[in-house]
Amino acid sequence: MMDTQSRYEVVIGLEVHCQLNTRTKIFCSCSTEFGKEPNENTCPICLGMPGVLPVLNKVALEYAIKASLATHCEVQALNRFARKNYFYPDLPKGYQISQFELPLARHGYIKIRANGEQKTINLTRIHMEEDAGKSIHGENLGHPDKSYVDFNRTGVPLVEIVSEPEMRSSEEARQYLMELKSILEYSEVSDCNMEEGSFRCDANVSLRPFGQKEFGTRTELKNLNSFKFVQKAIDYEVERQAQLLDQGDSVTQETRLYDSNKNITYSMRSKEEAHDYRYFPEPDLVPVVIDSEWIEKVRQSLPELPEQKRERFLKDFGLPEFDAEVLTASRPLANYFEQCTGLFDKPKIISNWVMGELLKELNNENRSIEDSPISPEMLTDMLKLIDKGTINGKIAKSVLEEMYQTGKPAEAIVKEKGLTQITDDSAIEKIIDEVLANNPNQLNDFKNGKEKLFGFFVGQVMKASKGQANPAQVNQMLKEKLNAS
Amino acid sequence: MSDKIKIDHVAQLARLKLTEEEKARFSEQLNQIVDYIDQLNELDTSSTEPTSHVLPLNNVFREDELKRIVPVDSNEELLKLAPEHDKGHYKVPQIIS
Amino acid sequence: MHRLTLTSARQGLKEKKFSALELLQSCYQRIDAVEDKVGAFVHQNREQAMSQAREADQKIAGGEDLPLLGLPIAVKDNICVAGDLTTCASKILQSFESPYNATVVQRLKNAGAVILGKTNMDEFAMGSSTEASAVHPTRNPWDLERVPGGSSGGSAAAVAAEECLAALGSDTGGSIRQPANFCGVTGLKPTYGRVSRFGLVAFASSLDQIGPMTKTAEDAALLMNVIGGKDPQDSTSADVALPDFVSTLAGDVKGKKIGIPREYFAEGLDTEVDSIVQNAIRTLESLGMETVEISLPHTRYAVATYYILACAEASTNLSRYDGVRYGHRSSESTSLVDMYENTREEGFGEEVKRRIILGTFVLSSGYYDAYYLKGQQVRTLIKQDFENAFQQCDVIVAPNAPIPAFKLGEKSQDPLQMYLSDIYTISINLAGIPSISIPAGLTQAGLPVGVQIMGRHFDEAGVLNVSHRFQMETDHHKKFPSL
Repeated sequence: MMDTQSRYEVVIGLEVHCQLNTRTKIFCSCSTEFGKEPNENTCPICLGMPGVLPVLNKVALEYAIKASLATHCEVQALNRFARKNYFYPDLPKGYQISQFELPLARHGYIKIRANGEQKTINLTRIHMEEDAGKSIHGENLGHPDKSYVDFNRTGVPLVEIVSEPEMRSSEEARQYLMELKSILEYSEVSDCNMEEGSFRCDANVSLRPFGQKEFGTRTELKNLNSFKFVQKAIDYEVERQAQLLDQGDSVTQETRLYDSNKNITYSMRSKEEAHDYRYFPEPDLVPVVIDSEWIEKVRQSLPELPEQKRERFLKDFGLPEFDAEVLTASRPLANYFEQCTGLFDKPKIISNWVMGELLKELNNENRSIEDSPISPEMLTDMLKLIDKGTINGKIAKSVLEEMYQTGKPAEAIVKEKGLTQITDDSAIEKIIDEVLANNPNQLNDFKNGKEKLFGFFVGQVMKASKGQANPAQVNQMLKEKLNAS
Repeated sequence: MSDKIKIDHVAQLARLKLTEEEKARFSEQLNQIVDYIDQLNELDTSSTEPTSHVLPLNNVFREDELKRIVPVDSNEELLKLAPEHDKGHYKVPQIIS
Repeated sequence: MHRLTLTSARQGLKEKKFSALELLQSCYQRIDAVEDKVGAFVHQNREQAMSQAREADQKIAGGEDLPLLGLPIAVKDNICVAGDLTTCASKILQSFESPYNATVVQRLKNAGAVILGKTNMDEFAMGSSTEASAVHPTRNPWDLERVPGGSSGGSAAAVAAEECLAALGSDTGGSIRQPANFCGVTGLKPTYGRVSRFGLVAFASSLDQIGPMTKTAEDAALLMNVIGGKDPQDSTSADVALPDFVSTLAGDVKGKKIGIPREYFAEGLDTEVDSIVQNAIRTLESLGMETVEISLPHTRYAVATYYILACAEASTNLSRYDGVRYGHRSSESTSLVDMYENTREEGFGEEVKRRIILGTFVLSSGYYDAYYLKGQQVRTLIKQDFENAFQQCDVIVAPNAPIPAFKLGEKSQDPLQMYLSDIYTISINLAGIPSISIPAGLTQAGLPVGVQIMGRHFDEAGVLNVSHRFQMETDHHKKFPSL
């Protein structure tokens, strides 16, 4: 099975639903706040009661424009909402207000890294729509023959971002999602919280023999609640489709759900009824006309996006590509790094410490950079201590750990624990002499040509100094001593 | 008379369970109406823009402000209008997926 | 007192000739006396109305002056009144108590009006005779064997039977003008976008308008002053200045041009109706108005266009009645599919189902371009007909319906014939222009016939001005049936 990817070309297109970060819903003034009591965020409008009418939230529109510009889309001058008709208990009006023939934006792209190379994934379109509610199986509430509906999500503003089928592996799909999420977070149009459902993804997957132009029959995968699941579901689906094709069977076009416990996808409905959404222009809303002046105004409000920031980090700070990539993956992390560079002028050293020790500590506790107990000031103060030679790098690691635990500044920790580096020649010489005196056998071996033991002596000296001796001085003086004796 | 309206299919799309008698009657009446409507084909509209709204209105918005635009005191009051509700939820027959 | 117009009752209240409560009670006495025969109302909340009347009396005593203070007005049952039933004369909403007021109702209340009851209608405003009410049919007060027209037949009959001083109706394809015409009252369909639709239970969103049904054009102007104007809760309500319609009523109409559309005086028009309308035109000429023959060439396509567009919108507007959040749910709802299908089968009447099916069909895959899109394109042509016509004239005068009120049961078995009777009113909704029906005379058999006066977009003032001048010259509007 390992060679599926060499027998068939994998074709993946993604549809991402992203919740816009507004205070209120798209067509009514109910709160969008997550975690409220069931049906607390509802009103006659989002419940689709008789006679009520929708009015578009201007901020939702502007966020959607922002998301479009951030992904290099062309915002369309004339926009119209449309009704998408289907019956479902979590859809109050029996139709979803969405966009169809005149979407907000078209023809965008984002750049991803795949196999160490840059690749452009084109976007087909971005459109606005309202979210549906949530249904809960009755067994969780004591009535297995019933379902329960919570309309708090109903009418929450979404953008649907549709990519071209241009991804060729589940890894590319993951890269695409990470980059898209990062762009949307940077633009501050969404918090992209996957657990709360504000960033959701459906994947269209098909296979075709290499060289074939026509696409194979695709399946649509749903219920992909994390990047990991997206990848696993696609991998499973690729194998499943490959097996079917190998056996000469055909793939059925259908919607499949991913079961993360079993790591399989399964058909949503065996006899899926043909959808006929009967889209038509929403007569309760008027068209939205967006002129270039408005677009420019929104463009001005866009912050620097990850791609631009990455390039600037490479250029201005001379960072390696890997560092630039990691540091710009999230806007708060990039901000943290940049604050540090304003306080201490050695970007690569900062980068090493942020990416290394600091992220390690934060990841251990699943904390984000925003709640780091070590502020940029504290970190750079510590780095300055290394720079001045007050402490060495090894000690610094333990100082950082201590800072992280206690929130104390580096200098206080160094003072309190007496961790100042030993740079006094005579003090170091004294330790060296002791080490040599305590290890006569090793010394003898060394003299008989076992030069590898040099490292052993360095280690012993550092150990005896409790790590505080200046390693460069130790090296230098030890070399002189051993050669002389 | 045409038979363009496939009554079973359309009724299913509209979630209407019609009796056999209704199906037969509606089918006849509606296909007759469709025949009448087909007279629109006399008109060449290939260069005519469709009209969704008679007025040239556009860009009507509201601000992103939390408020009760509809003066309903509590969500409890809305929930109580439901044929069946329980534990703050609207209750429906089981959704099988 | 129930015989008064809004304008005269307002004067009476101001001069303390009677109280608002007495005025209301007089209407209720009239309702109690004639309602058995007419059946104009579907329900009344008398307690609530009486307390509103008492409140109005207190305000009058305190010297407050509001445009409709203490005046009892009936409201069509597809317009939401908080704390009251709003059933749309449908089984599916038979117990629906709206928690909110329609914007027009809020405006009536702010202006001091008393809501005296909810009037009957064709279910969800789909019909031309009020026979399609799930509650009971309404009868024409002029001839109880005949229909009052529809769908605002309850409002028209209530005004004609003098059970209220005025009423609100709604008009999607003639539902104010045609019953006004059949019942001998004044009924105005405003420009699309002039009156907020918030709280009007939607039939066809791009066509529906609420309007006044009154005894005089003057009363219609008084009501328009209150219910008109931009509403932030209705995206399709126009931000156009609202003039004082009362102040321009009596202006001179001399020299204004009346367009007479050739296509409205063609085959199928009853000769008596024709001669009553011709007489009305002569009266207008006697006021110094000039007539000019015009053409609205796409008139014959209006019914087909209307039934495509209105049914398409209706089919999705009525999807929300699913038994989940409010209204009727079938007791046969063990599975989800059963809940939907049985609820809707039991809850909707025949005409509503027929239109949902037609509307679903014209939007369905494979037929959208041939029907829905085509309908929207022909709508453009119909709209252009009126734009061209109004380059030649200030108002257009025409009949409302080819024949006077027909008998109950006469057309209810043949939907196409029923649809075709809307031929003279439907184009107006497609074009979105304002149009009024005012009484113009009686037939030999004693049935009222009205004349229709249409105006340019947002020129309700012009339409009301011509109507008022006509009513100053004539007394057709002062005639009421004896019950």
